[in-house]
Amino acid sequence: MDRLLYVISLFSVGLIVWILVSVRRAHIRVEYSVSWLGAAVTLLLLSRSHWLLDDLAAALGIYDPPIALILLLLVVFLIVFYRFSVIISHLKDNNIALAQKVAILEFQMQSARNHEKTETAAAGQ
Amino acid sequence: MTPTSHPESLLIIIPAFNEEGAIAGVVQDVREFMPGVPILVIDDCSVDSTASLARQAGAEVLSLPHHLGLGGCVQAGYKLAFDLGYNYVIRLDGDGQHDARDIPKIFEVLKKSGCQMVIGSRFLNGSHGKTTVPRSIAIRFFRLVLRPILGKSVRDPTSGFVGVNREALSVFRSSFPLDYPEIEALVVLQRKAFRFEEVPTKMRPRKAGRSSITALKSVNYMVHVLLGVFVNILKYEGRRRKR
Repeated sequence: MDRLLYVISLFSVGLIVWILVSVRRAHIRVEYSVSWLGAAVTLLLLSRSHWLLDDLAAALGIYDPPIALILLLLVVFLIVFYRFSVIISHLKDNNIALAQKVAILEFQMQSARNHEKTETAAAGQ
Repeated sequence: MTPTSHPESLLIIIPAFNEEGAIAGVVQDVREFMPGVPILVIDDCSVDSTASLARQAGAEVLSLPHHLGLGGCVQAGYKLAFDLGYNYVIRLDGDGQHDARDIPKIFEVLKKSGCQMVIGSRFLNGSHGKTTVPRSIAIRFFRLVLRPILGKSVRDPTSGFVGVNREALSVFRSSFPLDYPEIEALVVLQRKAFRFEEVPTKMRPRKAGRSSITALKSVNYMVHVLLGVFVNILKYEGRRRKR
């Protein structure tokens, strides 16, 4: 059990370092790093606090505390993935609307230019 | 193309993606059977000469800055048509499968029936149409699924030969399915208590290129659209259905 908890602690520390480095290099925006940092810190705290983990396992009716931690890990990451799915969906919708808007504005500008050219040519004759 | 306020203003839109082998013929056919009617080809960021060939054939081209897929492409056309004040829009595919001779028929029904959407159907009047086996299975499946949802049967729910009026345009410009739009669009209209009619049309073989529909893609299509249909039902606004 202790070995598994150590592995989870190491994983959490690794994740925190990775996220912080990614934020520093501007690979992830700060607002999107919060979910990952929150998840990693929660895992680290639970894997280092035996009494908290024991209480959590008891509350969930699970005999083995590491199993409770793994279950929690799954739930936390599902929530993070859901949050990012929502963000990606919004981004895709915005991206499509923006691409359509750009195309329509470009089309209308070109039409206006063509109209102007025709009028200028007609006035010159 | 200029803004219009004519009550019977019609715009023909043709979504196209890498259709250089067919697009010029499609535009010429439309010009022959609908002279004087503006034609808008929406180029979904083709990598071939679709846009320039469409222009040479006499269409105006709305070029999307990147590939959006069929729904996003058609919706861009609907948005522009609405902004320019068009009252009717008829959409046909850029691969030459739809016969431009059927456009006047769709337009007449659209104007006279008061329906918000008219679908060109290849399966009316006893015709079985020519289609691939996977598509045929999908069509039969969605006929069954849509019958109780729409409150009436639809013979050709996957048809891309569709006319809409301004009421439908005002809905589609803000809410239009993006990936496989035809079937979900019917549910979107049903939510608004709008009506649709089908008219018999002919379906020709593709003028160029190959259909990308395979058995695996068909299964993906059915699952995706089925999910989209149910999501749209969940969004149902509770308004009374008109038939």
